[in-house]
Parts: sequence; structure tokens; C-alpha cells
Amino acid sequence: MTAADITRGRPTGPDPYRVGHSSHGHSRAPGHGEGGPAPKRIVVAYGFWIFLLSDIVMFSAFFAAYAVLQGATAGGPTGAELFDLRITAIETACLLASSFTCGLASLSVEARKPLWFYAAMALTFVFGAAFILLEIREFIELVDKGAGPTRSAFLSAFFTLVGCHGLHVGAGLLWLLTMMAQIFAKGFRPDIVRRFMCFSLFWHALDIIWVALFTVVYLLGAGA
Amino acid sequence: MRAGALLLRTVPVAAIGFCLGGCQHGVLDPKGPVGAAERTILLNSLAIMLAIVIPTIVATLAFAWWFRASNTRARYRPDFVYSGKVELIVWSIPTLVILFLGGVIWVGSHQLDPYRPLASDQKPLEVQVVSLDWKWLFIYPEQNVAAVNQLVVPAGRPVHFTLTSASVMNVFFVPQLGSMIYTMNGMATQLHLQADQEGEFAGRSAMFSGDGFPGMFFTVKAVPGDAFDGWVQTAQGAGAALDRAAYAQLNRKTSFDPPTTYLSVDPHLFHAIVSQELPPQPGPDQGRGGPDISPKPGG
Amino acid sequence: MLGKLNWDAVPWHEPIPMIASGTVALVILGVIAWVVLGGHLPYLWREWITSVDHKRIGVMYVLLACVMLLRGFADAVMMRSQHAVAFKAAGFLPPEHYNQIFSAHGTIMIFFGAMPFVIGLMNFVVPLQLGVRDVAFPTLNSVGFWLTATGALLVNISLVIGEFARTGWLPYPPLSETTYSPGVGVDYYLWAVQISGVGTLIGGVNIVTTILKMRAPGMGYLRMPMFCWTALASSLLIVAAFPILTATLAMLTLDRYLGFHFFTNEAGGNPMMFMNLIWAWGHPEVYILVLPAFGIFSEVISTFSSKPLFGYRSMVAATLFICIVSFTVWLHHFFTMGAGADVNAFFGIATSIIAVGTGVKVYNWLFTMYGGRIRFDTPMLWSLGFMVTFVIGGMTGVLLAVPPADFVLHNSMFLVAHFHNVIIGGVIFAAFAGLTYWFPKAFGFRLHEGWGKAAFWFTLAGFYLTFMPLYVAGLLGMTRRMQRYDFEPWHPWMIAAALGTVVIAAGVACQIIQLVVSIRQRDRLRDVTGDPWDGRSLEWATASPPPTFNFATLPNVSAEEPYWEIKQRAREQNKLRDEPEYEEIEMPRNSPTGFVCAFFATLMGFALIWQIWWLVGLGFVGAYVTFVVFAWRDVPEYIIPAHDVALLDRQNRSARKDALSTYAGPAE
Repeated sequence: MTAADITRGRPTGPDPYRVGHSSHGHSRAPGHGEGGPAPKRIVVAYGFWIFLLSDIVMFSAFFAAYAVLQGATAGGPTGAELFDLRITAIETACLLASSFTCGLASLSVEARKPLWFYAAMALTFVFGAAFILLEIREFIELVDKGAGPTRSAFLSAFFTLVGCHGLHVGAGLLWLLTMMAQIFAKGFRPDIVRRFMCFSLFWHALDIIWVALFTVVYLLGAGA
Repeated sequence: MRAGALLLRTVPVAAIGFCLGGCQHGVLDPKGPVGAAERTILLNSLAIMLAIVIPTIVATLAFAWWFRASNTRARYRPDFVYSGKVELIVWSIPTLVILFLGGVIWVGSHQLDPYRPLASDQKPLEVQVVSLDWKWLFIYPEQNVAAVNQLVVPAGRPVHFTLTSASVMNVFFVPQLGSMIYTMNGMATQLHLQADQEGEFAGRSAMFSGDGFPGMFFTVKAVPGDAFDGWVQTAQGAGAALDRAAYAQLNRKTSFDPPTTYLSVDPHLFHAIVSQELPPQPGPDQGRGGPDISPKPGG
Repeated sequence: MLGKLNWDAVPWHEPIPMIASGTVALVILGVIAWVVLGGHLPYLWREWITSVDHKRIGVMYVLLACVMLLRGFADAVMMRSQHAVAFKAAGFLPPEHYNQIFSAHGTIMIFFGAMPFVIGLMNFVVPLQLGVRDVAFPTLNSVGFWLTATGALLVNISLVIGEFARTGWLPYPPLSETTYSPGVGVDYYLWAVQISGVGTLIGGVNIVTTILKMRAPGMGYLRMPMFCWTALASSLLIVAAFPILTATLAMLTLDRYLGFHFFTNEAGGNPMMFMNLIWAWGHPEVYILVLPAFGIFSEVISTFSSKPLFGYRSMVAATLFICIVSFTVWLHHFFTMGAGADVNAFFGIATSIIAVGTGVKVYNWLFTMYGGRIRFDTPMLWSLGFMVTFVIGGMTGVLLAVPPADFVLHNSMFLVAHFHNVIIGGVIFAAFAGLTYWFPKAFGFRLHEGWGKAAFWFTLAGFYLTFMPLYVAGLLGMTRRMQRYDFEPWHPWMIAAALGTVVIAAGVACQIIQLVVSIRQRDRLRDVTGDPWDGRSLEWATASPPPTFNFATLPNVSAEEPYWEIKQRAREQNKLRDEPEYEEIEMPRNSPTGFVCAFFATLMGFALIWQIWWLVGLGFVGAYVTFVVFAWRDVPEYIIPAHDVALLDRQNRSARKDALSTYAGPAE
């Protein structure tokens, strides 16, 4: 006796799970449209937004931890002694610029202009990579100064919050390259364009989080 | 409603009856004002809720039975899906109960706040409590003695506990005296309790703290005032002094430790533990596959 | 090369884990041998492992949940019997083993028993009830399931290789920090929960998007069945709460692996923050589990009372009310930490306010039965058992929400009895009610009623016999998680509870027998019409088991109980609706992405636990490559030709026509 026997409810006719597996390609099959399920583009964007919201909730937990542990320096250095606003201002500028070029990439996708797309994405990558490198440099400097994440709870929270954002940017860069390769290989196919839309949502969300992070951690921290 | 009022009166009586029968030693058999007040709140809240819970359970069973498909006398009303009146009642019964209970919660939380000193004409006895792995250290700063796994207090006099932990979290709990409170490393919590009657009450940790946790119990002895003084004198006359070296000895992972006393105490010991001047207790060491894989307590 | 892993990691000298894992290994080997030698592997791979069909994934979730419930129950049996014998004695479980058992029991029951059960039922039922063909993201759905399975696998590996956490199901620091728990147990916990948490989050996003963006034409929000509403509320809670868990466990992981100081005693770490964060997830988690349970009971009570749900809108309001308030109550898990009277009072009142929403629901179920024609099939029995049991659990819950009462009941056996009362009486009863209720939809035949009823009565009686004594033990001052005790008055209650466990075990046995008997007698129990319970929502409008596309044509919804309306019209006119014009249907292709991705996630999780860094890298690259390969495919969908759709739907229609001709009027 197999599971196939168990689920086989009817004596004749095609196996409902096998029908149609032989055919390929696309069609205008029903199932999407007015009054019923939303079109795929909407569903994908909506779902991705929900995911981004959950990501923002995760960041808010790290923000909360940072707020709680901000004063827990355990005799170690404070934010005011450590943060270099000049460097972080450049980081911010890089990230904002990358968001702008990412927007340009979206426009070129809309216009179906591959060359513009590659150029804008390459610029986005450069800005994003510059951001990451600056951040890594900052981290290395801090560790060299004896202000690594193991020094105090405050620094643990700082490295985690900023580092988590950095990891997101890093993952975004990997995605960016994958996205370029996909457009190169597949062209502006609807599913690829949907995926690109998710990428750009992701990239802009990282910007929003960075603005909050820059304000809460660096501006308020350096001033305090 | 009359049934409810009746229940309000009978249920605590029934519960107390049950308690006398089977609940000796527990939180329903308190030996101090805090525990007694908490029992009262517990039973009152229970009665308030039973007043609607019992009718609800009865109605559930009654409706289910009466409206069984085979009962031809029950009227089938498939269109009975909304009734403003019923909705109003449905929302208001729980709301009213919770309003009432909310009052109990607000007043009770304030009256029985563990940090709130007890009303008494006697000055509270100061006791510093340190939870160690896995035993309880009680320091009497005014008497300059200390005891492990045994807490002697004068009956009828409030006790002010200041509590901390030398390692992980624990919860100080004497069921028959009332409120429990967490002990945490690097900070001190406070608790006010009082034993009204003489007797011996079991105390233990209510927060799992590792492999030796089940052995982390102590006895509370509530004795008359002069007997307490006698106990202090006895303690002062025997045993070892609790200095830093003795504390280091004590601060090793052991469980099921027999009660002992110390004839004197380093006066800054408690402060040194709270301020982490004395570092927190180290962890376990040996075991199958080495400590990295599966450590065992002790060493 | 292998990090911390060596032969000493296997507990060769401990009989219980070795015998247990040996038995499990034999069973697994037996199953694999049967699958491979019997030639079932291609079928299994094609139809289940790579399936992205929400119904198949739902069934696999439930299957995983059942297996893990058994594992968790085995732990429970050991704990109850240990307590029965460990009076002034060491019992048969040494502390380091006992502590792993209660930690594993809680972790397994919540994360790998209750959660997959609930998510599985949501997965199976929601698209059917909404009248659509699949969830929003079918392949991601499969990834979510397989990641959950990865977590479950890691927990079970810890039985043989290394150890599991000995910190309780929520690893409170500083006990869970490297200083006090240097072993791999907490790491197993962290990575298993973290990986399955990603799966859960994916599932939550999927169901939210499905419900909000994919409904049959005319299915407005206030026409959705109650189960969909509760699934929506629960999934919203998943989306809002699980990231907090991810962040919190990530912080603990950083503490343990890289020497950070989030929750340590030293360097300014704050263990209390862990308790706040974990319960900011943990309390909504309770409602993530219990809201869908409420949804199941709403469906079952309405169906078996032959009435629409009473006060539908009020139920929706109560669900959303609970959903929101559940985020404002977390502190009641540690009233005794000394937060101050105002804070305690606020959270105490907020907690009891939730009971208003729950109370409203109970009354609405009560009035759903009022004026009904109640049939006492097994799902209805579970529901009645729930209504009686749950109000008791709710009552003790409100009792624990009263801070002065909690001051003497916190962390006691009373608490243990309370949450088992609501989780068994609420979630588990609902899971079994849902299982019996939707089983015929999934497989085309009913479960055996007699064995089902026996299972219900044994479980119910066993539940009361086990947990009422625990309430008493709690009132006697017994605290939880004690491997042994020396206090005389607790002993008789522990023996009673152990006897109760025996009765529950009889219930479990009945469930297993029920499944076996039902499969053997499936021809007798066959559900031909697709509507075995005289149902009211759209899942009963299609065949049992439903074809892969669920509905030949998307139903047009024009009322609150869409299928009941269709059925009534058919009964009045004594004919089915005219045959629709069949069109071809586009469905997502199967994909091994989920399985392969989970394979690499397992490698990665195991490697992270044992700190085998090259394997971590390999696992990560493997998972990434899997996704790229998936993203590269050109044909994501396949077409089911119109004549195949017609063929399948006509069978369903003819079965329904037969049922209609034998229909003799309203059920008596």
C-alpha cells in the first residue's frame, strides 16, 4: 500500500497531480484579474513589503537593545569618544547616492534600456561597496583602539546594530550582482522585472534604516 | 446574579475547606501577613471568575445536550446568528468582570509590592540574601553572622531582605510567607516578609539555575525574639568567619549543602558581590566529551 | 577539521538516549529501505518532496508535527515518571539528562509540534476557503516547510551527537551564556530555532499576502470564513513577533560565539533585557498558536451545529483585539522581578483585558450552539472538550495575571498546569479537531469515528488526571523544573499526574490505531461527495482530495457562507449550477529548491553548532547557489488543458448530483 493508493479517490481519469505536466510555456490562463486574486506584480510587491516590515521589526529589536545598553560602557569608551561624524557623513552620502542610482536603474528597467541599467547598477554597486568598506575601516579602527564589541555591552550593541545593517548591505550587493547577471542572461522578462522591483524596495529600505541608525547612533551618540 | 453572589460566598469557603484538608505547607496555608493577603486576593479573584466560569461551563454542556440533533423538542433556529442584546451581554459580562478584577489588580499590586515596608511597630530585621550555585547564603549585617541554607527569623517581626545572586538568576521563595523575588547578579532586589507564627517553613529557588537546582532549598525557622538572640549568640560562638577566602571556598558549585553558620562576616561582602567587585561565579568544568560538549557540575 | 566534534560527543554510556536514538534510527532506516526498495522514491520526490502545492505542504507540516508531538510526549512521559519516583531519591534520570528533557520537551512541543500543526492546517485550508488555487508564493512555501523540518532534525540530532540545552525552552541568560552552559546544547537550541524561525516567518508572510491579496471574486474581508480571519491575525503576529525572536537569539548567539556582552553578568550586559525581548515575542507566540485554534473551533462548532457562526463580526473584532493587545502584556511573565507596583499593575490589567476578547469568543460559540442541531462527531467532541477545559485554563491564566497572586504562583507547578491547560485544551484539541475535520478533504476518506472518540475521551480524562494534580502541587509550593524533591506532600500528586499520563498515552495509542484502521478501511470510509460534514465554506465545494488546481473555475462569492449558499440553491432547485465553460489552468511547477536549500541549511546549522567553519561556508554557498539556480529557471509554470480540468470537474459534479438526488431535506 502506498500513499498513492491512499489518496487515489476516484477510479478513472487522469491523476490530478500529473495533468498538464507535459506542456510548457505561458498562457493567458484565468485565475488573476478583476475582483479575484490580485495580479502577480502586486502580490509579489505586497509580500515583499510585508517581509521588509518584518525586517524593520528585527532592526527595532536591535535598536531597543542599543537604547538599553547605550550607557553600559563598563568603564570603556563612550560613543562621544569614538564616533567620527566625518566618516559616517561620507558613508551616508554614499548610501543615499546609491539609492539615487538604484532609482535610475528602476527607471531604465521601466524604459527597457539595458545599457543605462547596467551603468546605474554598477554605480549603485560602487557606492554600496564604498559604504561597506568605510564601515569595515571604522570597525577595524575601533577594534585597534581596544573598543571592539567584547569591550562592553554598549559596544556589543553598537557593533551588532551597525553590523546587521552592514550585513544587509552586503547581502544587497550580492543580490545586485545576481540581478545584473539575470537581466544580462534573461532580459527584461516579467518575473525578472518583478524580482528587480523587490531588490529596489530592499535597497531603499536599507536607506531608511540607515537614516534612523545614523540619527540614533551617530548624531545623538556623538553629541551626548 | 443571586447565584453569582451565592457562589462568591461559598467558593472561598469551599476552597478554604479544601486547603485545610490538603494544602498544608502551601501558599494556601500562609504563616505571615504577606502570604495571608496574597491568599485572600487569590481566592477572591478565583471566586470572581468562578462566578462566570461555572455558569459558562454548565451552559456549554446544557446547550450541547439540549440542542443535540436527535432531540426533536429543541427548536432549530438556523437564522439565529445575530442579536444585539446578546452581543451587548456577551461583551459586557467579561468587561465588567475584568473592570472589577482590574481594581483588585491595581490595589493589590500596590499594597503587596515586594518593595513596600510592612506596617509594624518593630524595626525590621535586615537580612542580605545571596543565591549561589546551588545554595542560599543569608547574611545578618546587624548581628554580623551568616548562615547557609538556613534562615532563622524572629516571629512577629518584619524582615527586610536585600537580595542578589553570585551567578545566574534565582528566585527566593518561601511559599508559606508569601511573595517571591528574583535574585540577579550585579544588582540588588528587595523584599519584605514577616512570619506571624513560630514554626519551620520550607524555602527554595523558584527559578531553574542549573544542574544542582533541586538541591537549592533551605529552612526558615521562625522563633520567638529571645530565641533568635540565643541563636545569634550560638552562631557567633562557633564555626568559621566568612571572609573573602571563606567566600571563595563557598562560591564553588555544590548542591544539597547542609545548613551551616559563620561566626562573623566581612561587612563589605554583600556590597562587593552586588558591585561585582567579587567576580561572578565561574561555570561548570568536567564531563563527558569535555566541557565544550556536555559539562557536568562540580569539578 | 571537525571543530569541536569528536567521538566523545556521542553518549555511548547513557542507555536512554542510545536506545531511543537507536530505535529511531532503525525506524528511519526501515522507512527509507521501504521507500527505496519499494520503488516509491520517484513518487515521493515528484509528488511530495518537491511539491509546491499548498495542500501537500500542509499535509507534510501536519505529519512533521505529529511525529514531533510523539517525540515531545515521550519526553513528557519521562518527566512525569521521574517525578513519580524521584521523591527522596535520585530517580532514573540524572540532572544533566532531566534538564535536557524538559528543555527539549518545551522546545519541541512549541516550535516543532504546535507551530507546524497550526501552520500546516492554515496552509492546507486557507487557499481552499478563500476559493483560490494556491498561496501567494508556492515555492517559498516549500522552502519554509523544509526549513522547519531542518530545525526539527537538528533538535533530534542533539539526542545522539552532543547534548541539548539544559536551560528550559527559553534559554534565560546568564545561565545560557558560555560561562554557565559551555556545552553545545544551547547552540543546538539556537540554530534549530533560528533556522525554523526563518521558515515560520516565510510561512507567515506567505499567508498574510495570500489572504490580503488573493481571494476569489466577491470574497470581501467580511465574507472570509472565521478560520481565515484567525489565520490572518496569527500570521500578522508571526510577521511582527518572530523578527524579535530572531534578533534576540542572534544577540545570545553573538554572546556565546564572539564574546559579546548583551546578556552577560560582566561588562554591562543586561540579562533582564533578554527576558523582556524574548517575551515580547513569546506572548504574541501564544496567540499565534491559539488564534488559529479559535478559528478551527469556530468552523467546527458552526458546521456541526448546522448553523452559521453566531456574532461573526463580533468574533472578527475579538480576534483583532486579541491580536493587538497581545503585544502589551509580556511583562506578566516576570512580575516577581521587582519592576514596581505601577508597571506590574499595568501589565496585570492589560493581561486580563485579553480575557475579554476570549470571553466574547466563548459566548459566541455558546450561542452558535444555541438553536442548532448538534451532531457529536469527533471534531465536535474536541470542540466541546475545549470549551470546558479552556475556560478553566483561561481562569487560572487571569489568576496568574493578578500580580499578588503571581507572587506566590510564578514558576510553580500551578503555572505549568495553567499553560498546559490552555495549550493542550486550546491548541492541541484544536489541532485534533482540525485534523479529523479536514482529513477527508485531504485524503478522500474519513477517520474512523469510534477510535477517534476513544482517543478524545482518553485524552480528555488523562489531561484532567495529569494537570489538576499539578495545580494542587503548585498551590503546595512546588516549583517547576526540579529533577528530584524531598517534600512529602507533593508526592501523591506527582503519582496521580503520572497515572494521568498513562491515560493520555492510551489516547495517543487510540490516535495511532485510528489512523491505521482508517487507512485499512478507507474504502468504507470514502467521502465521494467532497462534503462529508455538510460544510459551509468553500473547501467543501471541491472534490476530496481536491485536484491540484483546487477549483475548476474560481467560485463567485456572494454571501458570508459561500458554499452553504451554493448548496442551498442547489437543494431548492434540485439541480447543480450549469456547467461552467472550462478553461486551461496555469499552475506553478514543482521545485526541489526548498528541499535542497534545507539540506544546505542543515549542514550549515550543524557546522555552526560544532564550529566547523569550512562546512558553514559550504552550506552558505550551497544555499545561495540553490536560490540562483531557482531564479534562473525559464518555465515557472505549467498548463493544465481545459479538457483535463473538465474531466476532473465533471466527476465531482456527478458525485454531487448523486448526493443531491439522495438528499432528503434538512438534516434530522
